[in-house]
Amino acid sequence: MFYREAGDFSTTYPQDSQTFPIKFDRWRYYAVLFVAIFIVPFMVNDYWVNSIFMPFLIYTIAAIGLNILVGYCGQVSLGTGGFMAVGAYACYKLMTSFPEVSMFIHVLLAGGITAMVGVLFGLPSLRIKGFYLAVATLAAQFFLVWLFNRVSWFYNYSASGQINAPERDTFGILITGPNTEAWATYMFCLIFTIFSAVMARNLTRGSVGRQWMAIRDMDIAAEIIGVNPLRAKLTAFAVSSFFVGISGALFFAVYLGAVEVGEVFGITKSFLVLFMIIIGGLGSIFGCFAGAAFLVLLPVLLKIIGVDWLGWPTDIVAHLNLVIVGGLIVVFLIAEPHGLAQLWRVAKEKLRLWPFPH
Amino acid sequence: MKYKLATWATAALMAASPALADLVLPSLSFRTGPYAVGGIPLADGYADYFTMVNARDGGIGGVPVRILECETGYNTEKGVECYESTKGEGSLLYQPFSTGITYQLIPKVTADGIAMHTMGYGRTSAANGKVFSNIFNFPANYWDAASVAINYLLDQNGGDISGRKIALVYHNSAYGKEPIRTLEKLSEKYGFELSLLPVDHPGQEQKSQWLQIRRDKPDNVLMWGWGVMNQVAVQEAANIRYPMENFIGAWWSGAEADVIPAGAAANGYKALTMNGVGKEYPIYADIQKYVVDAGKAAGAGDQIGTVLYNRTIYAGFLAHMAILKAQEIHGVMDITQAMMVDGMENLEITNALMAEYGVAGMGPEFAVSCENHGGPGLGAVTQWDASAGVWNQISEFKMSDREIIEPLIEEDSMAFAAENNIDLRCN
Repeated sequence: MFYREAGDFSTTYPQDSQTFPIKFDRWRYYAVLFVAIFIVPFMVNDYWVNSIFMPFLIYTIAAIGLNILVGYCGQVSLGTGGFMAVGAYACYKLMTSFPEVSMFIHVLLAGGITAMVGVLFGLPSLRIKGFYLAVATLAAQFFLVWLFNRVSWFYNYSASGQINAPERDTFGILITGPNTEAWATYMFCLIFTIFSAVMARNLTRGSVGRQWMAIRDMDIAAEIIGVNPLRAKLTAFAVSSFFVGISGALFFAVYLGAVEVGEVFGITKSFLVLFMIIIGGLGSIFGCFAGAAFLVLLPVLLKIIGVDWLGWPTDIVAHLNLVIVGGLIVVFLIAEPHGLAQLWRVAKEKLRLWPFPH
Repeated sequence: MKYKLATWATAALMAASPALADLVLPSLSFRTGPYAVGGIPLADGYADYFTMVNARDGGIGGVPVRILECETGYNTEKGVECYESTKGEGSLLYQPFSTGITYQLIPKVTADGIAMHTMGYGRTSAANGKVFSNIFNFPANYWDAASVAINYLLDQNGGDISGRKIALVYHNSAYGKEPIRTLEKLSEKYGFELSLLPVDHPGQEQKSQWLQIRRDKPDNVLMWGWGVMNQVAVQEAANIRYPMENFIGAWWSGAEADVIPAGAAANGYKALTMNGVGKEYPIYADIQKYVVDAGKAAGAGDQIGTVLYNRTIYAGFLAHMAILKAQEIHGVMDITQAMMVDGMENLEITNALMAEYGVAGMGPEFAVSCENHGGPGLGAVTQWDASAGVWNQISEFKMSDREIIEPLIEEDSMAFAAENNIDLRCN
């Protein structure tokens, strides 16, 4: 009734295989894009961008990256925090070494550098899998954080070991530093988020993505039908780390502006992004958005309700926050182990049949 | 070009705030997480001080103070969230009590024109007011602390510490790394041997560091710890029977909660301080009368008179004086964020002023100027008496070695200015 494909006729193969084959879906997607690009930037202030939109967009990119590796290729990874740190430090070194270059290029290059590091740490995946691989990537996490803390070249020999993002621009618009406009940082992150989502979606629909999924479902069978596991696994690590690196660079340069590697890119960050894709839905691009929104927005929402509206003590709200978010994660995983994306899919199915369920 | 979101959305999210004029002081507290043991007394002291001021004097200059508490959990992302959600309410002065959050906020408060006071933490070179217009870190900073500790050892050893072995156990973060450069310079000057032992966040794992101390037998151990790290370090030192009187903590490593878990074994442990300890100040009678007896104490009300509680009473006093100063300069009672910066910059603390407000001797006399946002750099040493359960001040407030520290501040702040294209002020 509300949501149907009656009247949608595809007459060509490209029409049939597009990302949103149902017209209603497609229009909704365009509407969301339109609001995000042409309406939100004119309405946001510092609070909305720095507390809500920027973390949401940046974590979404990280979740897309990790989802490619874990959700699409079945390679369990706990090294996300470490790879985000690579992106952040690569971006920092590039920003301070080449101040004239546009931030777009710095962020993309930081992603590229992270991709190389990711491939390096992906090499063990050829021999080991599952829990063993999780431990190998955990080693990457600890090693990278240790490295950035230990070698002062990475933080330009500053006394405190912190890295600070200097003012840098793109097309003459300030993107980093304190004097940025809210809309500029928002647009910058939004462009990278859209780019990542579209690219990831198309990669996973094509032959590369099918190879990843074949490896995920049964690696021996995949090898027999002609998938090269070396190529499939390493491309998954490269592409995944590329996105994670971009998110790390944005996280440092645009969002926080100053970073202490042990605290910001510690093991908790790896777990946070992993929770996002588990709750959002493994193997789904929409799930990355849903999971990031769930884990970024819910604590802010609970804080506003608890502290600002109800006037409860801040420590009680902070503890309740842990309890509620933790409880919701458990409930979600019991009620819908395939995550929010699956809930969305089920809801769409129901709406298509309503009001005549069979 | 700052666009505001539709009013309904802002109204819905920001909650209805009282329309009355008031002086908003945000308190970025951390009552949860691995650093809560330090965060609870800090938050309680700050809240109680202004509760007392509101009840006793009806606010400052007749305008009530509103404390806006926001929980950060000592986490930088939440700190940024707290900053963004409170700055729009006219917040006058930020005191994050976290070096990590300070580094995030330095550029932001400077761009927004809001004052920030980082008392004895944060970015040390912010003492140079020519570069850091809105950041204040009086009365003393980490580099002063390192120097005061070494001066104390010099006093103890007849002015000669050459050849002695000194180990620094530090939190492996910006906070813990701050004193290293000063200590290295001092080790060149006085000829002691410095060994560095980092402990990773949050600080529970330090067995190997203490095994190394047991093997190397340093003459003195200095510690730059915070939160749960302190208790573990004192316990580990007791376990290897390291003589407690040779073990000196920084001023964030010298509170009751740090030594009580180790019991009698912690007796004799020393720590630096930048403010007076104990409850022997007249202000405590007012706090008892207007806050505790009125049932308005913040938190559980069990932190009154502890070292860190005292520190935020002192911080509250300084903020109070700065607001008075700003009101005096501009002749307006309901001051703005920009006026508060002026109040901080022209602050002058004298013994008479401290006596008048019941905190005589709690800190040094000093005056802030456009060039110097760092104060005089005085510190004292305290020692824990486990049987009585009190910290005793065992040395006078003494100057740090400014010959060493001032060039370091100059160098670091100028590097920051060059990196960020900042024009020097105060010309």
